[in-house]
Amino acid sequence: MNNIFVYCEIEDGFVADVSLELLTKGRSLANTLGCRLEAVAAGHQLENVGKQVFPYGVDVLHVFDDARLFPYTSLPHTSILVNLFKEEKPQIAFMGATSIGRDLGPRVSSALGSGLTADCTSLEIGNHEEKRENKVYENLLYQIRPAFGGNIVATIINPECRPQMATVREGVMKKEIVDPAYKGETKTYDVNKYVSDTDFAVTVIDRQIEKSKTNIKGSPIIIAGGYGVGSKENFQLLHDLAAVIGGEVGASRAAVDAGFCEHERQIGQTGVTVRPKLYIACGISGQIQHIAGMQESSIIISVNNDPAAPINTIADYVITGTVEEVIPKMIKYYKQNTK
Amino acid sequence: MSLRIIVLAKQVPDTRNVGKDAMKADGTVNRAALPAIFNPEDLNALEQALRLKDANPGTTVTLLTMGPGRAAEIIREGLYRGADGGFLLTDRAFAGADTLATSYALSMAIRKIKEYDIILCGRQAIDGDTAQVGPQVAEKLGLNQITYAEEIFGVENGKITVKRRLERGVETVEAKLPIVITVNGSAPDCRPRNAKLVQKYKHAKTVTEKQEASADYLELFSTRPYLNLTDWNVADVNADVVQCGLSGSPTKVKRIENVIFQAKESKTLQPTDGEMDELMKELIANHTIG
Repeated sequence: MNNIFVYCEIEDGFVADVSLELLTKGRSLANTLGCRLEAVAAGHQLENVGKQVFPYGVDVLHVFDDARLFPYTSLPHTSILVNLFKEEKPQIAFMGATSIGRDLGPRVSSALGSGLTADCTSLEIGNHEEKRENKVYENLLYQIRPAFGGNIVATIINPECRPQMATVREGVMKKEIVDPAYKGETKTYDVNKYVSDTDFAVTVIDRQIEKSKTNIKGSPIIIAGGYGVGSKENFQLLHDLAAVIGGEVGASRAAVDAGFCEHERQIGQTGVTVRPKLYIACGISGQIQHIAGMQESSIIISVNNDPAAPINTIADYVITGTVEEVIPKMIKYYKQNTK
Repeated sequence: MSLRIIVLAKQVPDTRNVGKDAMKADGTVNRAALPAIFNPEDLNALEQALRLKDANPGTTVTLLTMGPGRAAEIIREGLYRGADGGFLLTDRAFAGADTLATSYALSMAIRKIKEYDIILCGRQAIDGDTAQVGPQVAEKLGLNQITYAEEIFGVENGKITVKRRLERGVETVEAKLPIVITVNGSAPDCRPRNAKLVQKYKHAKTVTEKQEASADYLELFSTRPYLNLTDWNVADVNADVVQCGLSGSPTKVKRIENVIFQAKESKTLQPTDGEMDELMKELIANHTIG
């Protein structure tokens, strides 16, 4: 009772990074609150899930294994969480802000009549004073998220309803093992007691999931391009530099929308959040949505022909020039100096 | 087979083009400075509805929107593109609703409309980006859902086939009607307004708007009944006031802050050979690269 629950997404027997990131955050909040961290795994052939999640400090793993639970469909997974939460009464529940978490979360929150905050960028514990009622709520979950296209940051609370639910995008929280030998308990459930046959109302006819082609989240060097790069051809220059200095190419939303780069490489609030050692922003003006996804980079270089580009204020180096003149010179002098 | 389709649409401030005057000095949003638009993904949803109407003669497309009086514009925009009618859910009691209170109000209006096969809406609205209302409406009505739809292949024998766009791939699913479908921005854009329909519906008005209209038009509303748009309040849809608006919202906004990024002291370089050479030497020397 009153613990923190994380719904784990599982593909091919592997727990998704976003779920492991949430477990890491859940562990630290559980320590603050003095409660337990519990994980829910629903799918098929889940034998190896325990091994993957316990090192993140999971105290209890709830396993629902049934061939019909993979691939994910809305109703059966909703029934599992709704019925399990009615029994376990968690105070907090997290899921990834993914196509699964954002399909499942709202449905569960509606069924339980509890509040859900989407796409949180920060989660903290704190108190809340309701002055009008002269009431103090202790140890609430502060669900902090950008709103209005990233122009403001709102702190949302759910004073009365439980669980306090939140979704978080992949890459926003850090993933960190607390103890490789952490001992947790596994509880296995009879799926038929939680899910009714009528819940299997969607048939997945065809499913094509690609392995991620890029690893921008894990790359220590990122060369990102914006609309100012100008064309898909010019974007090739970024790929050339990435190949030479050993980095990955990223992009702003504007560049992705313009078709210069694939969506998978999008950095910012609606893409991934990155924290590389070096971030080279090329032709990126620096909208709030983009900066939110890369501001924690150690060193930021801005290449922009507009000396007043907003991104320049957070850059360590500002190079006033175009991508076409700057990038070839970077390649040339990198090669010359590493010979 | 003819279908009865409801499209949920929202009028939103255009947060994609936020100018300098969009934020007030006290850090709150200056809504007046942002143009009100048809939520982009709701337009994608409308297009899917209109395509189903094209493919299935006898199909009707009804818009449902919740908002202030001026949100009637959303219904007219839908009519201009081929929708058959619409309802505006408007009442002060709906104000301050979070997604749960919003989906409650919408679900009550849908119960009032009563007859439907498919409820379509955009995946999310650009002023909140939550993607919650579609699934929550489905849950409140006890309906099945398909989210992230990119293409609807068709309806056959009471079953709909839909392609979904996921982060790392696509999925094709099949499910029985009635159902709620949320449409992704990667689905085709909505068709433009049709000039004939604009002529036909440009004077379409809700009861409230009619009270403000000039007397010259008033007789039009009795001779052309299709110009009468319906607005509903809390009582009209038999909603429980406590479950609407602020009081029906489990989430509360504790604090709003302006986004301020920590400015750094930056070094400005010119793209000359000498300075680029120096920069690369520095980055290699401090092990940032290489």
